[in-house]
Amino acid sequence: MADRNSLAPEAPLGARPGEIIDLNKIIDEWVRQREGTRRQIRRAIRERNLSQLREQIKADGLDTQVAIAPIRALDWIFNQSRMHSLWPLTFGLACCAIEMMAAGAPKYDLDRFGMGAFRATPRQADVMIVAGTVTYKMAPRLVRLYKQMPDPKYVIAMGACAMGGGPYCKYGYNVVKGVDKLVPVDVHIPGCPPRPEALIDGLMKLQDKISRESIWGLWKEKTRRLFGRPSKAETA
Amino acid sequence: MQAVFEKLKARFGEDGFQLATGPGDPFVRVPVERLRDVVAMLRDDCDLKFDQVLIVTGVDYSDRIDVVYHLRSYAHRATAVLKVSVPRDGGVVPSICDLHPAANWHERETFDMLGVRFEGHPNLRRILLPEDWDGHPLRKDYQQPQQYHGISNQ
Repeated sequence: MADRNSLAPEAPLGARPGEIIDLNKIIDEWVRQREGTRRQIRRAIRERNLSQLREQIKADGLDTQVAIAPIRALDWIFNQSRMHSLWPLTFGLACCAIEMMAAGAPKYDLDRFGMGAFRATPRQADVMIVAGTVTYKMAPRLVRLYKQMPDPKYVIAMGACAMGGGPYCKYGYNVVKGVDKLVPVDVHIPGCPPRPEALIDGLMKLQDKISRESIWGLWKEKTRRLFGRPSKAETA
Repeated sequence: MQAVFEKLKARFGEDGFQLATGPGDPFVRVPVERLRDVVAMLRDDCDLKFDQVLIVTGVDYSDRIDVVYHLRSYAHRATAVLKVSVPRDGGVVPSICDLHPAANWHERETFDMLGVRFEGHPNLRRILLPEDWDGHPLRKDYQQPQQYHGISNQ
């Protein structure tokens, strides 16, 4: 893997205060220009943001370690509370939903990890588990539900259909070939359908992901994703 | 099925009616214009009492489309299969919704998948696919769309 700092693009930091940036476009450009996966570059941006913060603090004449410590502590508190109260959206589309129900039922008991509170409204949900086949007729509804969820929000593509169309990939004229064509996906869970253990494993992977987040970089980034606010250039 | 065919012959004459036996369920081929009379007769005749529609569906044979009716008689524990043939372009079949309300959604599905129109249907809209879908997917010459509302199909 290349040096992280050399991977981070300049543009997000060079932006004027208050300017809304389409981060995805910038990252795409950087993926083209340099070697590095999207994930590496995202991480690099986060690191760069933190190091920029450190420099700012140094310029203000403060001790870096002392000034960063509260942010790290806040990160830890936020992440712990968020990752242990992930409320999923009740969103079953096909047979995967049966396994999702089984995962929520006493035998597998998602509530042990704080994930068992299935919400019937996207307004209260943190994570959308896309459990099943997404048809073209369903696609606009799915995007709408995703938009209605409050940030920070996550998407899990559960099963072969949600990952890439599954058995309907070749001849299914009405099946969306992967839910990542519609919304950004955080965790993919393979299987047809995946067992409840696999779903729990996927949710715990998501917990790991959340535990590495920082309130400094990622939340800003999340809100600027493709389905977030439009950039100023688009609205003008 | 033989008994049904005899009844139909006695009632409507031989014209256009045809009993087909072979592998699979035997069926009676019925002229399109007599379909409603036949279904009503099968339903009301006390010896037959085919009072339930199991399924209405269609088959594309490239030169024509067959609409298939499976009727069930609870009283006599028998199933009757009727087929009517219509041309692929602009095929019209009389609706049997008023005789058998259960046929309502089946006819909508047949319209959705094969593009057969049912005359006299109270609400002949697509039932499975979105309203703005292009084409009828169960036709043999159907081409998959490249994209739908900007979502690519690749």
